[in-house]
Amino acid sequence: MKKISAVALVGAFALVATGCSAGGGGGSDSGSAEATGPIKVWLSNNEQEVAWGTAVVEAWNAEHPDEKVTAQEIPAGSSSEEAITAAITAGTAPCLVYNVAPAAVSGWVKQGGLVDLSTLDGGSDYITERSGDVEAYATDGSYYQLPWKSNPVMVMYNKALFEAAGIDPEDPQMNTYDAFLDGAKAIVDSGVQSAIWPAPTSEFYQPWFDFYPLYLAETDGTMLVEDGASTFDSDAGTTVADFWATIYKDKLAPNEASTDDAMSAGTTAMQLAGPWAIPSYADTVDVGFMPVPTSDGRENPTTFADSKSVSMFTSCENQGTAWEFLQFSTNVDNDGALLEATGQMPMRTGLTDAYADYFAANPNYVAFAEQAENTADVPSIPNSVEAWQAFRDEYSSAVIFAKESVGDFLSNAASKIDTLVAE
Amino acid sequence: MTDNRRLRTRWLGAQPIGGLFALPYFVFVIAIFAYPLAFAVYIAFHDYFFTAPNVEVDRPFVGFDNFVTVLTDPRVLGSFRNTLVFLVINVPLTAVLSLVLAAALNTGIRWVAAYRVAFYVPYLTASVSLVGVWMLLFSGNGLINTILGPLAPDPSWLVNSGLAMPMIAFYVTWKQLGFYILLYLAALQNVPKELYESAETDGAGALKRFLHVTIPGVRSATTLVLILSIITGANLFTEPYLLTNGGGPDGASSTPVLLIYQLGIQQQNPDTAAAIGMILVILVGMLSLAANRATRER
Repeated sequence: MKKISAVALVGAFALVATGCSAGGGGGSDSGSAEATGPIKVWLSNNEQEVAWGTAVVEAWNAEHPDEKVTAQEIPAGSSSEEAITAAITAGTAPCLVYNVAPAAVSGWVKQGGLVDLSTLDGGSDYITERSGDVEAYATDGSYYQLPWKSNPVMVMYNKALFEAAGIDPEDPQMNTYDAFLDGAKAIVDSGVQSAIWPAPTSEFYQPWFDFYPLYLAETDGTMLVEDGASTFDSDAGTTVADFWATIYKDKLAPNEASTDDAMSAGTTAMQLAGPWAIPSYADTVDVGFMPVPTSDGRENPTTFADSKSVSMFTSCENQGTAWEFLQFSTNVDNDGALLEATGQMPMRTGLTDAYADYFAANPNYVAFAEQAENTADVPSIPNSVEAWQAFRDEYSSAVIFAKESVGDFLSNAASKIDTLVAE
Repeated sequence: MTDNRRLRTRWLGAQPIGGLFALPYFVFVIAIFAYPLAFAVYIAFHDYFFTAPNVEVDRPFVGFDNFVTVLTDPRVLGSFRNTLVFLVINVPLTAVLSLVLAAALNTGIRWVAAYRVAFYVPYLTASVSLVGVWMLLFSGNGLINTILGPLAPDPSWLVNSGLAMPMIAFYVTWKQLGFYILLYLAALQNVPKELYESAETDGAGALKRFLHVTIPGVRSATTLVLILSIITGANLFTEPYLLTNGGGPDGASSTPVLLIYQLGIQQQNPDTAAAIGMILVILVGMLSLAANRATRER
């Protein structure tokens, strides 16, 4: 038995040795930029987005019988990013994935999983002509993602609960921190469990829906990291962190997660959300929107774009068709169809002029469209997910659970992130 | 016996056909356990990250660098501390409760089948759904706090850094109890009835019979219960992830496996994740060995 164990162990190590040495050789792209033929694309699990994607694919296939596109929803996983990372490693990624988070792109570039769209025929020009100045979405000066749509984060509120708290739902006047806190106290005093309920969980992406929109507003769009260094260990960062710490300290927001949809259940009067949330409450809550607050109540402040991109993967054999389809699916007509179907804002210049009829018919979305002109996103940095996780860990400790000071949170998080970005 | 036959017997055994039957399992063990384990060892000693197929990258040998990185990370040390808290509560509680309940269920009380089912149902039920029930019970405005009123802890159970990990330990103890009771019930069938009769004849009461007959009689089952509950505790993931929102208040219920997931899958650092895995395997091995020795028959 001992001999069998020894043989098994030796065999296993031999397998490891061969497995590990077989990884080298060859370039990263398995396809070519000119090759045409059938391709596969993945769509998000959002019902309206799937309907849009299916219609676009059908329209394409009707005119391109030799370059058939097959669309499917992204495979189930803890998150889309994890499913895509696994697919890159396994070499099973499709040609295009719609709805990828910009924060994950730098990691996939490091994995050798993404095609540099700038190297394709007219790639950079198409991206900049469609979306304007999107330099922030470039990784090492190249576009590995086409910035596709944005979901500017605003304060969404329940008009009925505002009215019951004595706040004018048509003009809440809560654009400064002081006014916001006063309004929040009035809401809780009126019997609502929480004034605002951001998820207090520790996932790396949660700062995008509490700290970050307010930080972008307070700094007129300074991203978390700029020029290779963190920016938030500053007066503005302190002001925003103190604001949220007060929210938790005064119990205007719970420090545990809601067990259901707090807006639908009426246990919160406000949440930070993008236009994707509007259809969710169409039949249940009469919602209003206001810009995120700032310390001085400035007009039309910058907010988090919560944008999503489309990326092409190196496992794609027919990259020529993929590039043609990517341009087709993001042309003016199909962007309009996306807006119509989902309410999400295509990242193109002159949005309200291009789709004037839509916004005239859907006034709820006008605030988001106007806000879409004034957004910033996550920075494209190395170790992006790890950096946001470090930020969240420190934020939770200081702001949500008050176990360390805001000053320590900012300096510790800044120090960790500076190290991660420099790696 | 010829030399050739002797040599063949030496390598393949007296019944080589038996090896053929065992081959599928042998391949299974190599593919599912041995290869990934050996690969994890390789990853832990290299600067490693996953790439797309055929992407050539440098993955230099870094010795113990990954181990130094994780052992100097307060989050990692905290997660091991949290696991220790879990084990200190869960392992003894599991062993004691399951033995006592199994002994009670073995006495021929009425409705014994109903009790056995009642204890076993939580074990069979998916953790995700039971976690939902516990969240409703122990959330800030849950049933327990409603009953306790002003006596409810502040912050509440699952967001209280002092209570989050003990809550998970109690939850897992309750959920797994049915399985361990079943192990003890099986072991109790093998304790000779004559021993109980002799002890009773010698004047031993119920407590003495339990202490001097039952406990020594199920010693091997106790070893199994301890080792299995240690392994279960070391692999803790679902409960802290769901019950305390991915690691609890300020990481108070974070566990090594949760960090392995964060580092290896979310943050694409499989090398440091593998180093945590190696340390965990070694610690679990040491604890299991200690449990085995402590319960060994002398």
